[in-house]
Order: sequence, then C-alpha cells, then structure tokens
Amino acid sequence: MTDLLRLDHVTKLFPVGGFFSRRSMKAVDDVNFALSADKPEIFAIVGESGSGKSTLAKMMLGNEVPSSGQLSFDGTDVAAIRGRAAREAFMAKVQPVFQNPFEAFNPLTRLDEYLFATAHRFLGASNRGAREAAADAALQRVGLSLAEVRGRYSHELSGGQLQRIAVARALIPNPKLIVADEPVSMVDASLRMSIVNLFRDLRDELKVSIIYITHDLATAYYISDRVIIMQKGKVIESGDARTVLEHPTQPYSIALKGAVLPPDPAAASAIIRGRQVVA
Amino acid sequence: MKILIDLLRYNREFLVGAIFLAVILALVVASFFAPYDEMMTYVVIPDMPPSAEYWLGTNSRGQDLFWQLAASMRNTLMFGVVVALVSRVIAITVGLVSGYLGGRVDQVIMAINDTLNALPNIPILLLLVFVLRDQMSWPILAVTAALLGWQHDSRLIRSVALSLRNREFTRQAVFSGMRTGKILFREHLPYVMPIVFYTTMNNLIWAIGLEVTLSILGFSDINRPTIGGMIYWANAHSAMVAGIWWWIAVPMVFVVILFLGLFMLAMSVNEYIDPRSRLARMGA
Amino acid sequence: MHEVLSKAKKTAVAPKNVLTVEGLKAYYINEHFGVRREVRAVDDISLTVQRNEVYGIAGESSSGKSSLIKTLAGAIRPPMRVIEGSVKFDFGGQSIDVYGEPEQLKPARWRHLSYIMQGSMNVLNPVRRVKHSFHDFAYRHMGLGGAAFWSKVRQHLERLGLDPDVLEAFPHQLSGGMRQRITIALATVCEPEFIIADEPTTALDVLVQQDVLGLIKDVQARMQASIIFVTHDMSVHAAITDRLAIMYAGRLAEEGATQALFDNPQHPYTAHLIGSLPRIGDVRVRKSLPGKPPALSDPPSGCRFHPRCPLAIERCSREVPLMQPSATGGRVACFRAGEVVAA
Repeated sequence: MTDLLRLDHVTKLFPVGGFFSRRSMKAVDDVNFALSADKPEIFAIVGESGSGKSTLAKMMLGNEVPSSGQLSFDGTDVAAIRGRAAREAFMAKVQPVFQNPFEAFNPLTRLDEYLFATAHRFLGASNRGAREAAADAALQRVGLSLAEVRGRYSHELSGGQLQRIAVARALIPNPKLIVADEPVSMVDASLRMSIVNLFRDLRDELKVSIIYITHDLATAYYISDRVIIMQKGKVIESGDARTVLEHPTQPYSIALKGAVLPPDPAAASAIIRGRQVVA
Repeated sequence: MKILIDLLRYNREFLVGAIFLAVILALVVASFFAPYDEMMTYVVIPDMPPSAEYWLGTNSRGQDLFWQLAASMRNTLMFGVVVALVSRVIAITVGLVSGYLGGRVDQVIMAINDTLNALPNIPILLLLVFVLRDQMSWPILAVTAALLGWQHDSRLIRSVALSLRNREFTRQAVFSGMRTGKILFREHLPYVMPIVFYTTMNNLIWAIGLEVTLSILGFSDINRPTIGGMIYWANAHSAMVAGIWWWIAVPMVFVVILFLGLFMLAMSVNEYIDPRSRLARMGA
Repeated sequence: MHEVLSKAKKTAVAPKNVLTVEGLKAYYINEHFGVRREVRAVDDISLTVQRNEVYGIAGESSSGKSSLIKTLAGAIRPPMRVIEGSVKFDFGGQSIDVYGEPEQLKPARWRHLSYIMQGSMNVLNPVRRVKHSFHDFAYRHMGLGGAAFWSKVRQHLERLGLDPDVLEAFPHQLSGGMRQRITIALATVCEPEFIIADEPTTALDVLVQQDVLGLIKDVQARMQASIIFVTHDMSVHAAITDRLAIMYAGRLAEEGATQALFDNPQHPYTAHLIGSLPRIGDVRVRKSLPGKPPALSDPPSGCRFHPRCPLAIERCSREVPLMQPSATGGRVACFRAGEVVAA
C-alpha cells in the first residue's frame, strides 16, 4: 500500500536578516505525516500566522522545495519533478484552492477561460464542445452551471460563487488531492458553510482527499477527520480532529482553543475578560 | 474617448501638448504633398527670406525650407517611433520574463541589463558610424539606438512583474495549465501597460534628441533631410555669418515645439495614470 | 423633511443618548453619459447609541456597514451623498449635528470622537517613531504643555498594560497585535466619549484577538465611553457588544440586546447567521443560505432578504417591512418575526 502524500522530516529554511547578519529561520521544522491512498480524508492544518502552514501548502503544491527531508506524492519525490510533462502530470493530481477569491482570478480574464484552459491541458479536451462539457460537469458538481459563469468576470460574482468556481476548476483534472489554503476566510458568513460543506461532499462522493489549512479551529473541527496543530513551524499536536480539538493536551493548543470565541455572549465575554497578555 | 475630452478640457498641459503635436503632425502630412523631391537641390531661388511665396524662406542650397522642414519632421519622427517601438518590444519581453521567472534567471538577466545600461550611448553610436561609413543608413541607426534604449524601462517593468508573480491569480493560471507565454502576455501585460505608455513618450524624446545630436555632427545620412541634418547644412554653409538666420531658426523652433509637445503630453498622461493623482481628482 | 421631523417627535430622545441617527439615507450617485445610477448603501436607518455602551453593527460585504459608519463619522465624499435624515452627537452638553452644521465636527474629532481601524499602519506613520503619531494626533487636543502631555501619554499606556518605551519604537519593529494595541491607546488617550471601531481585530490571530478585544472592553468600561463596533464576525459581537444591530443590503434587519439576540433571534437572517456558526463540541450539520447578498444598485423589491428567506411569503416581495418593537425588547423588520426558530 502506498501513501497518497507522505512527509518525512520535512524542513524549510528561509534566510532572514540583513546583508551582514545572515541567519536562517525554520519556517517548517521536521514535519511528518501521511495521507492514505485508500481512504480519502479531510486533513486540517491549524495554526496562526507564522506557524508555517502556508509554506507547507506551497511545498505540497511543488511551489517550494523542502530544505531537508522528503515530501512524496504517490511514491514520487515532489522536489524531483522536473520538466513540463512531469510537472503537468503532477498538477493533474494535486490542485490548489486559494484564499482570496477576488485575488485568485485576474480581473481582466474571463472566468470560463480558467476552466477551459484546465480542461484543455489536463483532460486533453481539444475541441470547444469537450471543454465546455468538462467545465459544465465540474460546475454542476459545485452547484453552478456553465450558463451562469460563461463570459463573466470576477467582479460580477460574489466571493462564495468565485470560490465555488475555484473548486470546480480544481476538480476538472479529477485530482486525488486538493490543497485549500484558508479557503473560507474571505467568504461572507452566510455563504461560508456552503463551501465548507462542499469539501465534505467532495470527499464522500468523489473520493478526493483535502488538505484544509486554516486558523479557524471551529470549522476545522466541523469538517476534518484528522488535524495537526502547528506553532512556529513545528507540529505540536496531531491526531483525530474531534479528539484533539475537544481535549487538547499541549499548553499552546489549550490556549488556542481557549481563545476561540463561541457564538454565545455570556461565554464569549467571559473569555475576553479573562484575557492573558500575549506578545 | 471621454478620457480624451476630459484631458483636453481640464488639463492645460495636455491641451498645449496636443496643439503643438497637431502642428507637427500637420507638417508630416503635408510632406507627402511636397511639390519638389526633398533630396533635390537648387529647385528654388537660394537665400530668400520668409515671404508670402516662401513661408519659411529658402536656403543656400536652393531648397524651400517649408518643404524641407516637413520632410525632416517626417523622417525624424519616423526614426523616433521606430526606436521607441523596437525598444518597447525588448523592454516588455525582458522585463516580463525576468520578473516572472525570478530567482537565478532574473539575477543574470538584470546583471546583463545593468551592464548594457552603463554603456555610454553616443561613443558607441559614433564608433558604429565610423565602422560602417557608407553603409550607414537610418534603419541601422534606429535599431542600434533601440538596442541602447530599453534597459531602464525593462527594469521598471520587471519590478511590477516581480510583484505579479506571487499573486494568487498567477498561481491559479499556472495550475490551470496556462503556458508561460500566455500568462505573460495575457495576464501580466495589461498591468504594465501604464508604465509602457509613459516610458514610450520619454523614449521617443530621447531617440529624437539622439538623432538630432548625431545629424548636427554629420554622423548620419546627410542627404536625407532631418531636423539635425538641416542644422548641419546650415552650419556647413555658415548660415549665421551669411545672415541666412531663418535657416537655423526654423529647425530649432520646430524641434523645441516637438519636444515641448511630447514632454507636456508625457507629463499630463503620467499625472493622469498616477493612482495618487487619481485619488486627488476624486476629491480625497 | 416633514417625515423626518414627525419621526423625531415619536422617538423619545433620552438625554443619555450619545448618538442619535434618524431616518438616515446615504446613496452613492454616479452619472455616466447621462445615466444615473444610485447605490443605496445606507437606506433609512434610525438608531441610538447610549452612554457607556458597546453597540455592534454586523453585516456581510455589501451590507452597507462601512458606508454607514463613514456617514456617522461625517467622512463621506462624492459620489456618496446624504439624501435624508440626521446624525446627531451629544458629548455631555455639547451637541453636534453632523449634517446640519458640519463645521462643528472638526474640533470634536479625536477629542470627543475617535477611531480604531483595521489597518494599524493607516494610523501610525511607518517612517516615524510611535511618539510622533501621538504628538500628531493628540497634542493639540489635550491642551497640555510638553512635559505634562508626555507624562499623561506614558500614564495612559501603563494603564493599558503597555510598556511606555514603545513610544521610541518604529511601527515596523512591533508585531501586528502590538501595533493594534497602540492604535487603541492612541484612540483613547484623549478620553473621547465616542469611539468608532471598524473591524479592529479582523486581521489578528486568535490569541492576539482575544487580548485586543479585552483591552478595548477594559478601556471602554474605565472611561464609560460609547463604542460603535463594526465586524462581520458574530463571535466577536458576542464577546464585546452590549447591543447589536444586524444589517442586510443597506437596511437594519434586527436590533436588540446581544444576549437576547443570540438566545432568541427574531429575524430569519439573524437566526441563520447565528445558527450557521460551527462550534467545537457540536457536530450537527450547518446549512448555508441559498443565493447571495444582493447588489445594492439593484436590490430586490419588498424585504431585501426575501429571495433567500426560508420563511418568505408573498407579502414579503411586495411590502418593505419596517422596524417594529420585537417580542424580546429589541426591534425587528420582518413580517414573520414571531415565527423564527433558532436554527
């Protein structure tokens, strides 16, 4: 049995400091985990800004190379993927969903072009009809249709719709893994749960595994199967999402959970009254 | 269209620049209806001062200065436009590619870029003139000037491209399987167009200045009328000493009009596309 | 105008109201090629904010909440215009009619009315030390000499639990959370009666957010100031506000005491906003609303929420529901207000 995604002692160093005081900072520090190829799951990576979660996402997408350790997908080392054909074969299996739906589409490019380009490149859909069919099928999966999207630009649609289109585009190559970096943090509250629920449907119906990167413990709890909590590049706690988030054991995880404001005025105001000073 | 009307109405620099350029363009258009071949000499009475018959007078070579000026303007502008266009193509390509690829490739391209930028322009052109001698023609000169005139602008374009490279929509395009060329020219080019637009104006002014300088010194095809060429011939015939002042004055006045026109247009367009001035216009 | 006056008579204006807004309408009006486009960002809003109260305004993007606070702060510019209604502040005897006599507002800024914004960098000058920002914003409002001013500032920072040495730092040397704490200190150093807080914790991490919210609440309680607190995050409203208004497409949907609103939402939109929030320890499936928030340039007829509302009846698409007293002591604009069940 091979793993879909496997991280062995993955570390990423970034140079920091000025010209004279070159040091390096560990953005990601010795991270290990694996996703099984047989059982699709939603795997949450939870952390605050500077925890290294976005760097980790870039490495999984092959946009950054680990400084040490190995990150392999389907048994191949992602850092060793060279050349256009190999790179495109990899991209067909691993697709991203970005944070800001208003930023993730060029305001001057029609939205359907992204869908058609994806179908053309990764499905080999050479004629217009095949591209449109692939785009429409993917849009239907996320509750939209090509008729609603055709010819539109990003400023004409809401953040929730754009994020659905982003998911639809990622689905076109029939990927095995979707890496979603804060996919709902810029989406309006009344539309947010539709995106979150969509990820669950994709896992259950299309058998796609999803890396869900977030700072929001509550949605991580709501949809994910497993979770890792990161602090300053290190994984400090990991395991079954419900167990870890209901009963965290590490001081940082406990503090993080303690700072989550529940939608209940009495409890929430008690939390901010009992604030601890954090630098 | 509305922008054009707005600019004409509210921006005095733009209005003056547009009028000046309109005068120059009228001359260029007129040059195609010239009664004499511009290369011919002794077609009219030499050394006539400006009059009703010869609006701008005639020179010692027996040419009507009005028609000489018209042909010179056409040739000089043509030179400037060719230089500007060729150097724009280079600047855009180098800037977008260098900024998009980033990293090691970017460092190498920018090192070459800066080396070329540091080369002195005039000595290189003079060297070329001496080497080529009789084979020297204006297209060769234009291409050479274009090769010397893009480095600064490609650096400006690169700085914008560098910031576009990490934007989410670029990554989305990559994961949509769009090829690099398409990303550069479909997705990124619109963002650098404002820079391209106003550097074109500056480049045009620089190229014309270069042409005038070289021609005055006689380092170009002197039989082909250009603004610099007119001044060269006036000097060669000691026009000032001989009292043929209009021979010198006409090209000088019109080259100043051309420069002012281009400069004012560049300035007003520059101001118009600057986001800070946009905010100010909105009353912020 | 007549309508506004009659409304004003009906509302009992209690003297403890620091802010009174009556029938406020502010539209963006654009004219292009003779085509007039109106965007009704603030459409007939009346509300009051009392002394020593944190008043929350919740809403999604394009709900008009940012336009509303700009209008309240007297900071609107063309193409936005106030069409109708009034905004009146009452700073302990000194009353200011923002759109009646706008020049009154200028000397009151920062002294009586201050702001805490989302991007702290907009307030702190990035190339100068923090103390210069204090000098620029507060010095002329305090009426104190140099030494007395600085000792007051240092004392204020200490009271807020900040090290007065931050005055010597440059903004880029500080963390985002620390910068936001400093903007809070800056906004409160003159002890203003009224503070407008616009998404002050949105960009912050969870742990820092908790602390910054606590800091705002502390200062507010100590100074007995009033705050209008704007955010899209309902959990933040739960934590800090005393009363809460829910905006939808330029109008108020519901207003009430925060606890009552969360316990017993009267408007279906409020019920959805609260019901859809996931909670640790609760695994029930959260539903989302169909459709999307309407464009303010072309809002639906009648109740603007009706196309997405699970309880909508035929009447909702014809008539605009007005704000009426609700069963829980607040106000609600819904024909079926009594029938909402908390999801």
